[in-house]
Amino acid sequence: MPDILTIRDLHKTYPGGFEALKGVDLDIDRGEIFALLGPNGAGKTTLISIVCGIANATSGSIRVDDFDIVDDFRETRSRIGLVPQELPVDAFETVWDTATFSRGLFGRDSSPQHIEKVLKSLSLWDKKDSRIIDLSGGMKRRVLIAKALAHEPELLFLDEPTAGVDVELRQDMWDVVRELRENGVTIVLTTHYIEEAEQMADRVGVINNGEIIVVEDKTRLMQELGRKQLFIQLQQPLDALPEPLSDLPVELLHDGHELCYTYDTRSESTGITALLRTLQESGIHFNDLHTSQSSLEDIFVDLVRRTE
Amino acid sequence: MNVNGIKAIYGYEMARMRRTLVQSIVSPVLSTSLYFIVFGAAIGSRISEIDGIAYGAFIVPGLMMLAILTESLSNASFGIYFPRFTGTIFEVLSAPVSWVEVLLGYVGAAATKSIIIGVIILLTANLFVDIRIAHPLVMLLFLVMTSVSFSLFGFILGVWADGWEKLTIVPILVITPLTFLGGTFYSISMLPPVWQTLSLFNPVVYLISGFRWSFYENADVSVGISIAITSGFLLACLLVVRWIFKTGYRLRS
Repeated sequence: MPDILTIRDLHKTYPGGFEALKGVDLDIDRGEIFALLGPNGAGKTTLISIVCGIANATSGSIRVDDFDIVDDFRETRSRIGLVPQELPVDAFETVWDTATFSRGLFGRDSSPQHIEKVLKSLSLWDKKDSRIIDLSGGMKRRVLIAKALAHEPELLFLDEPTAGVDVELRQDMWDVVRELRENGVTIVLTTHYIEEAEQMADRVGVINNGEIIVVEDKTRLMQELGRKQLFIQLQQPLDALPEPLSDLPVELLHDGHELCYTYDTRSESTGITALLRTLQESGIHFNDLHTSQSSLEDIFVDLVRRTE
Repeated sequence: MNVNGIKAIYGYEMARMRRTLVQSIVSPVLSTSLYFIVFGAAIGSRISEIDGIAYGAFIVPGLMMLAILTESLSNASFGIYFPRFTGTIFEVLSAPVSWVEVLLGYVGAAATKSIIIGVIILLTANLFVDIRIAHPLVMLLFLVMTSVSFSLFGFILGVWADGWEKLTIVPILVITPLTFLGGTFYSISMLPPVWQTLSLFNPVVYLISGFRWSFYENADVSVGISIAITSGFLLACLLVVRWIFKTGYRLRS
């Protein structure tokens, strides 16, 4: 089976001359949750807009389920659902009508059963006859998701789905996303909340300045790029690092009450035993110690900085 | 062909008309009736016949055209401008619909509304004066062609406009004068020769003249030329719309 989405050498230059995408290559596996991370203006939304047909590419090719997005736009677009970042909704329509409209627009025969199922899964059923203008921001977001799911897409784009969304909706949304994935839907999401990518995604891609910096299995990315840190609570505060420790990657924190040792989990020896021995020999006593792993956020910040 | 897609857009636009029934149908009918009462009944009673047609009956085709032009333009331009303004256009752009299908939906709905309004005005006018339609098929042809071409023109206007001001300025500055000077309330032959010649550069003259011919077999210009000019305008609008979708002008960045 072909990949659900294949992007090759995608360039986008806006009329003003701004180069939003500089040769993006990306493959999305069928059935995965892919998180696209990147700072504001990195090109995330431009990339999604081109795949969905809202913006034109300057050059490059995009295939969805092995169909070209320009030549076979009917095939590709009917497979794609998009939940945009903004909240563009039709104020005077009812929830039911707007979801039904979306289904028809995407070429599907009407199916009240499916619309009912979608609205219920998003806790919108009791609002089905409400006009959208009367709904809260979070509810409008749900409506947009319902519209995107109305035509049963195989590939769903969620552009910043949880920006400005409360905890409850976020949980609901992730439940829906998990259920969709179980039903074989591929999900590409962009987010600023890296912890979400960390929780949800199978793979992570980082984009910056219109270029994909890294695409990696999330667990492997965290293993490979993640550092671990050992924190040692001292009994007596230190004014400065004693001589034997000064060559090691050790920092003194909290007015000398804590030592922080950074190490690489992949190297053969972490150096922890040696560190502890050195502490003992120097007569430095400690109460407690704990380790922590760098989050995807640290890795992301690190990656973006490195490419700037 | 994505028939469901066309139905969705068309149905959406028609629902918008039902939601704004007063604005969409009642107000053009009311304003036309007012024209009719003022020009037809009050002033018209002092004007004798024009070319053997009672003045009240003479202005009916022109009044219908006036309403159809204005309504086609405002409905179609608003129909596409509003989603652009709110951002909901993203859905249509990302949907598996071709430009022809988008047009059939938006322009089809706008033209339908205009035809409905035209017919209602005709029925209203029939209450005031005696109307006969000599060539019903030609009348229908003009009704449909005018509604469609000016809805297309409105669609172009709605895509081109980048603010509410532009959206309203074209109907006010261009269409209203052209229609009033296009022979709605008089026959071009009543004008001094210079103005007669100038009037021939006004495309609306051909619409109203042809339309009036289908009623009373009375025309300022030959009906063949009227049909040719209307068809030409329709074709020109279609070409512009095709160009808009090909290049993505103001729709796709």
